[in-house]
Formats: sequence, structure tokens, C-alpha cells
Amino acid sequence: MTKVTMTVNGKAVSKEVSGNTLMTEFLRDELRLTGTHVGCDTSQCGACVIHVDGKNVKACTMFAAEAHGAEVTTIEGMANADGSLSVLQQAFQDHHGLQCGFCTPGMVMTAAKLLEENPKPSEHEIRDYLEGNICRCTGYHNIVKAILAASGQDVSGIAAE
Amino acid sequence: MPKDHGIGAAQKRREDVRFLTGAGQYTDDINVYGQTYCAFLRSDVAHGRIVSIDTSDAEAMPGVVRIFTGKDFEGVGGLPCGWQVTDKHGEPMKEPGHPVLAQGKVRHVGDPFAAVVAETLEEARNAAEAIVYDIEELPAVVDMKAALAPGATKVHDDLPDNLCYDWQFGSDQADVDKAFAEAAHVTTLELVNNRLVANPMEPRVALGEYSRANDESTLYTTSQNPHVIRLLMGAFVLGIPEHKLRVVAPDVGGGFGTKIFHYAEEAFVTFASRQINRPVKWTSTRSEAFMSDAHGRDHVTKIELALDADNNFTGLRTDTLANMGAYLSTFSSSIPTWLHGTLMAGNYKTPAVQVNVKAVFTNTVPVDAYRGAGRPEATFQLERLVDKAARELGVDPITLRRQNFITEFPYTTPVAVQYDTGNYIATMDKLEEMIDRAGFAARRAESAKNGKLRGLGVNCYIEACGIAPSNLVGQLGARAGLYDAATVRVNATGTISVMVGAHSHGQGHETAFPQVVAEMLGIDESMIDIVHGDSSKIPFGMGTYGSRSLAVCGSAMVRATEKIINKAKKIASHLLEASEADIELKDGQFTVAGTDKSVAWGDVTLAAYVPHNYPLEEIEPGLEETAFYDPSNFTYPSGAYACEVELDPETGKVEILNFAAADDFGNVVNPMIVEGQVHGGIAQGIGQAMLESCVYDENGQLLSASYMDYAMPRAEDVPFFKVDHSCVTPCTHNPLGVKGCGEAGAIGSPPAVVNAVLDALNSGGFDVAHIDMPVSPHRVWKAMHG
Repeated sequence: MTKVTMTVNGKAVSKEVSGNTLMTEFLRDELRLTGTHVGCDTSQCGACVIHVDGKNVKACTMFAAEAHGAEVTTIEGMANADGSLSVLQQAFQDHHGLQCGFCTPGMVMTAAKLLEENPKPSEHEIRDYLEGNICRCTGYHNIVKAILAASGQDVSGIAAE
Repeated sequence: MPKDHGIGAAQKRREDVRFLTGAGQYTDDINVYGQTYCAFLRSDVAHGRIVSIDTSDAEAMPGVVRIFTGKDFEGVGGLPCGWQVTDKHGEPMKEPGHPVLAQGKVRHVGDPFAAVVAETLEEARNAAEAIVYDIEELPAVVDMKAALAPGATKVHDDLPDNLCYDWQFGSDQADVDKAFAEAAHVTTLELVNNRLVANPMEPRVALGEYSRANDESTLYTTSQNPHVIRLLMGAFVLGIPEHKLRVVAPDVGGGFGTKIFHYAEEAFVTFASRQINRPVKWTSTRSEAFMSDAHGRDHVTKIELALDADNNFTGLRTDTLANMGAYLSTFSSSIPTWLHGTLMAGNYKTPAVQVNVKAVFTNTVPVDAYRGAGRPEATFQLERLVDKAARELGVDPITLRRQNFITEFPYTTPVAVQYDTGNYIATMDKLEEMIDRAGFAARRAESAKNGKLRGLGVNCYIEACGIAPSNLVGQLGARAGLYDAATVRVNATGTISVMVGAHSHGQGHETAFPQVVAEMLGIDESMIDIVHGDSSKIPFGMGTYGSRSLAVCGSAMVRATEKIINKAKKIASHLLEASEADIELKDGQFTVAGTDKSVAWGDVTLAAYVPHNYPLEEIEPGLEETAFYDPSNFTYPSGAYACEVELDPETGKVEILNFAAADDFGNVVNPMIVEGQVHGGIAQGIGQAMLESCVYDENGQLLSASYMDYAMPRAEDVPFFKVDHSCVTPCTHNPLGVKGCGEAGAIGSPPAVVNAVLDALNSGGFDVAHIDMPVSPHRVWKAMHG
């Protein structure tokens, strides 16, 4: 067992973990932050994306011990300080960018990073950036639309007849 | 001005807030005190005889609580099939046993034959690896034609020919024969409807808990229909009476059919938790999901169309082999028959239609309903065939379709169903406008300048949703009723809980259902909550599948709300000292007609629960009503779909440039949710047409068992979709006039894609009659170059 200390969603946490504890297990089982989801076992689906020291990371590809000393943000840390939805989260609701909600945390985390890196992404850039996140419900239409809207771009003409 | 309230309003989904903040509660998020973990040992061969299983080393491993094998399930029921199909000779289908853990033989890769329960998941997995077993590998049958050949390996020793049933349905043989004998032209097509894996993003999870205090079991499970699971597992597998069994399906991360069925793992954790008197949890890995979730589709079909000299369809004949896999999953037998054969008339007035289906056992994962379930298979065959006929006859494929459309309703098809309403010309008109057909030639010329071939594919579809009525499906072999139920509980302060049998796993019932009740009562949606997914809280409803939630459960909710209104009017008439017949309910106010005397909704609800001034001699206190609704017919959504592709003749790569869908869903409660359902269905249809395929090798090894090998559609694989549902012919037999929208996208889109690819190829001088799905660059290139 190793002692790991990190900051998760602004709070310092410290836990004993074994060397092979995955970050997904640490978040879900130790911290009870169950918003980070596990949808596959080959790091393909992206339901577990979190931010570690400002980078997008699939939490299933990382040991908890590797995050020692890191600044971690999960979906539970993405709302505004007053608990209201962030601009990006609000855009997902406004544009019906989610259905069953299982891929949603990973989508929001990935999209948030995209908008940090590229504040006005094109449709193609969004679709390309979402390469590591699978959604089975939405056909991506409203996810891409929500991200465009969150970046302040006009989406009223999308797929207009 | 679009509505912002009630039926027809594009209200934002209230459930989104919890999903967007990580506060959803999926089954794997539930943990209970004293919980143990379970790992299954699954067959790594497609077919084998279990010679021995030695668990002694594994039992000594750290943390092991108990190890189970098939022997522990002797005397316990097997997993049942919910639909008895009768074959063309009047004989019942063959129903081999399906034990919870394999006994004697394993019959597909992934068939579980032992399970370890341990203190931690890691300990359970380690011990499972330490089980010593000897499984003698037997030859496997994978291909359906090979399975039916004389002398083929038998999947089940007591079934001589791997045949589940040989089913025939439709017009009299003589009428069909006459149509083909007299035909001016016959078009024939052989095709494969590729095997798919539903792949909801949330893998299945089951957590069984036993309370010795009251001899009660609780199963938390990723299900689309908790009451169906309670019925099947309680009555057929474990023998637990309903009042001692609670099934909870909390937030469920997508279903698409594959979470309808009762699975071995659910029965196992419930059984094991009673044996060890501790909770047992199983969480599927994605790899396990590929080899244990029921698969979808997997039909091989020969279909023939007879036309007269004027290009009228005169006869249709199909021969299908439908893969059942190694065992019969819950609704497997009904999919290629009653959900496929009965739709073979499609949108056309073909007078003679005959459907033949042989259902075949193979050493593969069981096959059952996947989004559309039988209807995508029917639509794909028919709409590919009509396109081929148009090409052979040198006529426009849309003109040929229009000429043969059913135009008068109600219409009874030669395959038994009665379409109550529809307007196929209207959806085709709308589609042609959406895709700018007139501009296609110019777009094609533009592509040609870049060395690309552009193609436009069109098709229509008809489906049967809102599965019911119970007395009919009972005659057809269903072993359950297909009604649904709702309880409307009005609280003293006027807020309402609506307990529904339908289950929401992405469909947005928590938002859309209150819109209906709010409209009826004239109160705000925020006063109404939907309760679903817990058999101890909701009435006995049959769950969500086959696009039935609003058409069937929504109708039950309407009926229960009508009862509420009737009783509330009685209370209001007492409070207002007026005749009940004069009471009107509008905008949440009960008014005496023609006067300004009124009481508010909240005054009436309070009186119901504080009945100080109340007609106690006439009616009971309280305001809570339940209704069960059993529809008189299916609903028949229909529409027309188009796909425009650009094909690179150098590589065979196809890109979808435009996709349009014109649907008639009848009335629509929340257009935003409806459009989202269509988007998702189209992406799954495009996935089937271009990317997805579940592949076994000749030995029955599953080659596509992860997202590295099974191509899920990703954001870059699909365009923005144009969708429209403005063509409305309301359903004539349910109170909301709704038809259902969940499956249309997956049903309507595959033929449009393939038709478009073939149109592109033919425009470039490549005489290609058909390409099987998925239409990969490799297949396209091979078709081009022989």
C-alpha cells in the first residue's frame, strides 16, 4: 500500500492505495465520486475522462499512485461555485447533448479541454477532438451542436432544411 | 410562437442536471453493506464438453467466500424464453434448456460455467483464474447453412438438426405462386443482415441482496423492464414469489433492446446472495459484454419481387435464416417472426406476400432484439430489393415506390397487420424537398470534377410499435401480457407523483411524461415527478422497448389522469355547491360553467386529504388512481429517408455528406427529445451500414470482442442530420395519437446508405447489384474490381 495525496475538485485528499489501484477505482470506490464512468476495458470509450494537472486523461489508463501530488478535476467539479451549471454543461442541456447520460461526464471533460485549447473550434475540429469519446445515444449531432454553442457560435442554422 | 408548456413543447430535460454534474445513480454506483463481488469463469471455446472442474485450489485463495458451478444449479430453473413460436406444421419451436451456469457442455465463447464470490473484485478474479478445468473442445457450428446441413455438429445433443423452427406466414401458396408465374419481371436479391452488438455505453451490472429478516430478495440491475425481470426470474428460474422479490433498475446507461432480457448473471447474484446471506455484485467488463450481452440481427435472406408489365408489385416471397445463437434469449424467437414477417409488406400494396423463416442454433452468443428488432431486417431486404428492381427496369426508384404506395387507410396487409393511418406520399414529398433532389445532378457533377462518385439513396419504412394487444400476442405465442400501467398520486398540496411501468434509460420520460399530465390538468410541469424503475414503487408495467413507452404507458397515464380529473370534479362540485356536470377544469382552476365561481387545483387536492368539508358518503378521501392500458393495435410510424454519399473510386472509401429523415410519428409531445431519438437511431443505422460487424471465425472464436475490433460510430463518422416530423397522421386508437419514435432511425437508415453507395458506383459505370453491410472500403473496392 502507498499513501497518495492529491487535490480533487479543489479539496485535498489523502488515502492508502495499492500499487495497482486504477484512478477510476480510486475516484469511484475510495472517494465515492461516481460521476467518472467505466464503459470499456481498452481505453476506447472515454467515459472516464478527467483532468489531471490541466491535461485530459482517461482515468482507466492511470494508477492512482501516479496522480500523487496532482491537481485533479472530475465531472463533480465542473459546475459553477454556486452549484449552477457551467456554460458548457448548460449548453449540453439546452441542445439536448445527452440522453442516457453515461458518456456525458467524459464528453463534458473532453469538450471543456477542447474549448480551453481552441475557444472557437469548427465542426470538424470538434468531431476530430471527440475521437476518443464514444456516445451510443445521440449520434453526436447535439453534442457537436452544444459545444459549438458553448463556444459562442451561432448554431441556429445547423441542419436547417 | 412555439409552445413552452404541455404537449408539443420542446422542454429541456430535467434529468440532465444530475447527469451533467456526475450525480446520476447507475447500478454500479450502488454499493450495500457487506457486499461481496463476483467473477464468472467463461468458456474460451465455442463448443466443449465439461469433463471436470476442480475448484479446490481456488477455494483456498484469499478472500474467497464461495465458488459455484453448474452443479449448484441442478434443480434450479433455466432461463426462459418468453415467446412460443409455432412452426408451419403446427409444432411448437424447440426450446433447449439454458442453465444459469453451464451443465455438461459449454455452447459459445463466453458461456459461464463457474463463478467465484469473494470479498473483493480482485480476489474474485484471481480465484476464477485458479480454477482448474478440463473442457474437451468439440467441433463448433457457426454458419447457419452449415448448421442445417445433414450430419452437422449438434449444438444441443437432444436436437437432431439445430433447427428451432421452420415458420411460414402470409398469403396462400397458390396466390404467391400465381403472382410469380404471371410476373412480367422478377427481381431477386440475396443478402446478409450483419450481426451487431448493441453496446449501450453502460455495461450490465447486477447486485443481489437478501434480507433474512423478511425472506426478501432485492435485485439491482441494468434493465429496461424491472417487472419483466421479476416475473421471469421469480416465477421461472428461482421460484421466488413476487411479493418477496424486488427488482430495481435505477439510472440505466442506454439499452437499445439488449437490457430487456433476463440474463444468467441476474439470476446468479440473486441465487448466490440467498445462499451466502450476503449481497453479491457483478459488473460486466466491456469484453464480457461482447460475449454475454444478446447480439442483434444476423439474418441471411433470399427475397424475390414479382411485378406486372406496368411495374405494379404483384408478389413478394422471402426465405430467411435467422441465427438464434446457442440458446433462446428472452424474446429471440419472436423477432424474426412476428416482428419481422408481419412487416414484410412495407409501405406497398403488394397483394401476395409470403415469408419463410428458419431459426437456427449455432455456437454463438444468443441473438435477440436490438433497436428495431426484426423491422430493420424487413426494411433492409425490401428497400434494397425495390431499388434493385428499379435499376433492372430502368425506372426512377422514387417513382417506382410512389406508384406502389398504400394510399388508403386503414389497410390490412397480406401479413396480418392493419395499418391504421399513414401518408407515405407526404413523407416522400417532404424528403425530396429536404434533400434538394433537383440540385443533385449539379452536386454529382461537382464531385466528378474531383474524381469522386456521388450517390443518392432513398428508401421508406413502416414499423410496428407499441407492442400489444395482449389477447392477440397471446394467440401468437407471447407468454406475457403487453399492457402497461401508471399510478397518478396527487398529494395534499397538489404536487403529483406518477408511478409508471415504462423505464427511461435515455428517452427523457422524466421530462416528457409530466408534459402530458400538466397539459391535462392545466398545472405546471414542475409540480409533477415521474417515478420509475423500482418494482416496489410502481404498478406492474411491462417496461420500455419497441418504442412503446408513450403509446402504451403514456396512454395508461392519460387514463389514470382522467380518473383523477373525474374525482377532482366531484370534490370541486361539492366545494362549489354546484352540479358536477357544470364543473370545468381549465388552467388548474375548477369553475362552474358560466359563472365566476371557482376553486383552485390545490383547494381540491387539500380537501381530498383533509376531508372536513367533503362528500364522504359519496366518494372516498384521497386522490390517487391507477390505470392499466392494453392497446387495441400496434402503432405504425413510417417515413422516408435519404443518404447522399461521395465515394472515392481510388480507395473505395465512402463519406456520408447529407442524411435526411422525414418521419410520421403521429402527435409529438416533446419535439426536442423526438429529434434526439432519431439522430441516435440514424447513427446506429449508419454504424450497421458502414462500420459495425460482429465477426466469428470458423471455430466460433469471437474476433470482434472489444472497441479495438468492433467499429463503433464516432463523431467523425457521421454528419449533422436533417430530421423532420411535420407529416402527422395521428394514431387512431390511443388517446394521445402517438406512434413512437425510438427505433425509426435505426430501421430507416441502413438501406438509404447502401442504396446511395450503389447509386454512386453505378453512376461511375460499375455494374454492382449489391454489397453486404458493413459497406467497408475493402468491400466497395472488391465490388468495383470483381
